Amino acid sequence: MSATVAPRQAFRRAAYRFTRSWLSVLGLVMVAGLLLLAVAGPWLAPFPDHVAGSVNTAARFRPPSLAHPFGTNEVGQDVLSLVMAGARVSIVAGLAVVMLGTLVGTVIGAIAGYAGGWVDEVLMRLADLKLTIPGLMLAMAVAAALGAGMANMVFAIALSWWPGYARLVRAEVMARKEEMFVTAARAIGASGARILFRHILPNVATPVIVKMSLDMGFAILTVASLGFIGIGVRPPTPEWGAMLSVARGYMPDFWWMALAPGMAIFVAVFGFNLLGDGLRDLFDPKARR
Amino acid sequence: MIRFLLRRLLLTVPVLVGLTALVFIIGRMLPGDPVALAAGPNASAAEIADVAREFGLDRPLLTQYGSYLSGLMRGDFGVSIFTRRPVAEDLAAFLPATLELVFAAMFIAVAIGLPMGLATAVWRDRWPDAVSRVAALGAISMPRFFLGLLLQLGFAMWLGWLPLSGRFPITEDPPPWVTGFLTIDALVAGDGYAFGVACQHLLLPALAMSLSPLATIMRMMRASTLEVLQQDYVLTERALGLSRSLILFKYVSRNAVAATLTVIGLYFGWLLGGTVLVETVFDWPGIGLYATKSVVSQDFMPVIGVTLVIGTIFVFANLLVDVMQGLVNPRVRVE
Repeated sequence: MSATVAPRQAFRRAAYRFTRSWLSVLGLVMVAGLLLLAVAGPWLAPFPDHVAGSVNTAARFRPPSLAHPFGTNEVGQDVLSLVMAGARVSIVAGLAVVMLGTLVGTVIGAIAGYAGGWVDEVLMRLADLKLTIPGLMLAMAVAAALGAGMANMVFAIALSWWPGYARLVRAEVMARKEEMFVTAARAIGASGARILFRHILPNVATPVIVKMSLDMGFAILTVASLGFIGIGVRPPTPEWGAMLSVARGYMPDFWWMALAPGMAIFVAVFGFNLLGDGLRDLFDPKARR
Repeated sequence: MIRFLLRRLLLTVPVLVGLTALVFIIGRMLPGDPVALAAGPNASAAEIADVAREFGLDRPLLTQYGSYLSGLMRGDFGVSIFTRRPVAEDLAAFLPATLELVFAAMFIAVAIGLPMGLATAVWRDRWPDAVSRVAALGAISMPRFFLGLLLQLGFAMWLGWLPLSGRFPITEDPPPWVTGFLTIDALVAGDGYAFGVACQHLLLPALAMSLSPLATIMRMMRASTLEVLQQDYVLTERALGLSRSLILFKYVSRNAVAATLTVIGLYFGWLLGGTVLVETVFDWPGIGLYATKSVVSQDFMPVIGVTLVIGTIFVFANLLVDVMQGLVNPRVRVE
C-alpha cells in the first residue's frame, strides 16, 4: 500500500467501486441481516418461547399461514422462529472455523515462508497431506470421535481448514521477505519474530481477509452439512442442518418444515459468497475482468 | 512421456504412505472407546479386554500401524468391530455405487458446463454472461442435501416421475455383477429394462451432486476461453481468414479445455468426499453412507478404510489429470 494516498481517500474510492456492483451490495445487505439475526434472532422471533424450548402439540404440523409463515413442526413450534434463532449457531460456528483456520494457517504459513529450507518442506508436505483427504470426511471422523458440541465441531472442521491459509500466507511472506524494508529492519537489529509479525504479516492482511470472506459461506455450509448428518450441535439448540434432517423424516406431507431451514442455509451461504466475490474484485485487480 | 509418467507415479508413494499414517493416527489417538461400545453396555472389564485383544487393540500403536500397513499390502483393510466383516469386502461392495454416482454427476457437469462456459465467453458482457455469473454463485451456495430433498419432493413425491431413493428396486433382481456399475452391468447383460431402471434411480442424486461442479467448470471454462481468445495465434488464424466457428471449436476450445482439466480433476476428489451427503439423502448404498453409519457408531476401521480409498483415488485422479495435461499440452511434459 503506497503512503501517498490518504487512507480515507483510498477507503472512499474502494467503497465507491464496491457500491457500483449491486450484487456486492446485495451480499452486504444479506450478511448484515444475518449478523443482526445472529445477535438478536431469539428476541426478534415471533415466538420466542418456542426458541426457548416450549412446545405446543395441539398446533403441530400446521401448514404455512399468516401466524406461521413457514408452518409449525412436529411439536408445534413455529418454524420461522427456530430458523431465525438458528442464525446464531451458523454464524458463530462459521466465524470460529474461519478464524481458527486463519490463525493456525497464518502462523504455519508465515514460519514456513520465512524459515524456508527443511522447516518449509515439512510444514508444506503436511499441508498437502491434509488437502488429499476430503475435508468433510475428516471433520466427520474427528467430530464423531470427540462427541457432540459446538467447540468439538468447530475444531473438527478447522482441522482441514488451515492448509489453504498456510499456502496463501507462505507465498506472500516469501515474496515480501526480500523487500527493502525487511533488510532495513534486520539492519537495525530486529529479531526474526519481530520482523515477521510487525513488518511482514501486516502486509499480508488484505489477501487473507478476502479469503476469509470467501470462506465464510463454505464454512457455514460445512457446519450445516455436519448437522444434517447428525454430528455436531445437538437439539434443542436450533441448527439449520439438523432441522432439515428432522424435516426429511416427515417429507412429502409436511414439506414446509424443510423449506425454511434449507432456504436459510442457501441465503446465508449465497450472501457471504456475493460479498466475498465483491471484495475480491476490489482488492485483486487480476481477478477483475 | 514414459519418464514423465514414472516420475509422477514415484512421487505418489510418499503421499500415500503419509496418508495412511495420518488417518491411522486420527482413527486411533482420539478419545472415545469403540472397544467398550462393541463389547456391549454390560460388558465386564475382562470382556472388554477380550475384545481389545481379539482386534489387536491392546498392542502399542506403532505395532498396530505396522500390522495395518502389512495388511494393506495384502489388500486387507482390517475388520469392522461391530459387524465383524472384513472392511475390504464392504468397500468392494459399496465403492462401485459411489463411483457410478460420481461419474454420472461429473458427466452431467462436464457435458453442460463446458459448452456453457464457451458460450458465456463468446457472449461476454452481454446478458447471458451476467446471468451466468449470478447463477454460478447461487449454484455453488446451494447445499447439495437441500437440493436433493427438493428434487425428491418435486420429481419423486409430487410428480411421481422418478424413484424416491435407492439404487434398484428391492423387489427385482439386479443384472449379474460384472463391474458393479448397474448401468454398465445391465448393458452387458443386454437388459434394456434394467438399464432404464438403473438410470432412473441414478438421475436425481447425480443431478443434486452435479450442480456445484457444473457452475465451477462453466466459470473456469469461461475464464480460460477468454484468455485463449487473446492469444496471438488466434489473431493469426483470424488474419488467415479461418471461419469463426473453426477457430472457436477446433483451436480455442481445445486449449481452453486443457486449462479447465485441472479443475475437473480437483472436483473429482471433492465429489467423492461429498457423496456422503447425497448418499444419505437418497439412501444410495455407497461408501459415503457406509462411512456415515460407521462414524456414528465409532467403528474406526471402516472410517479409516473409506478415507484411505477416497484419498488414494483423489491422488490418482490428480495424477491422471497431469498425464492428460501432458497429452493435450506437450509443454507440461518438460517442466
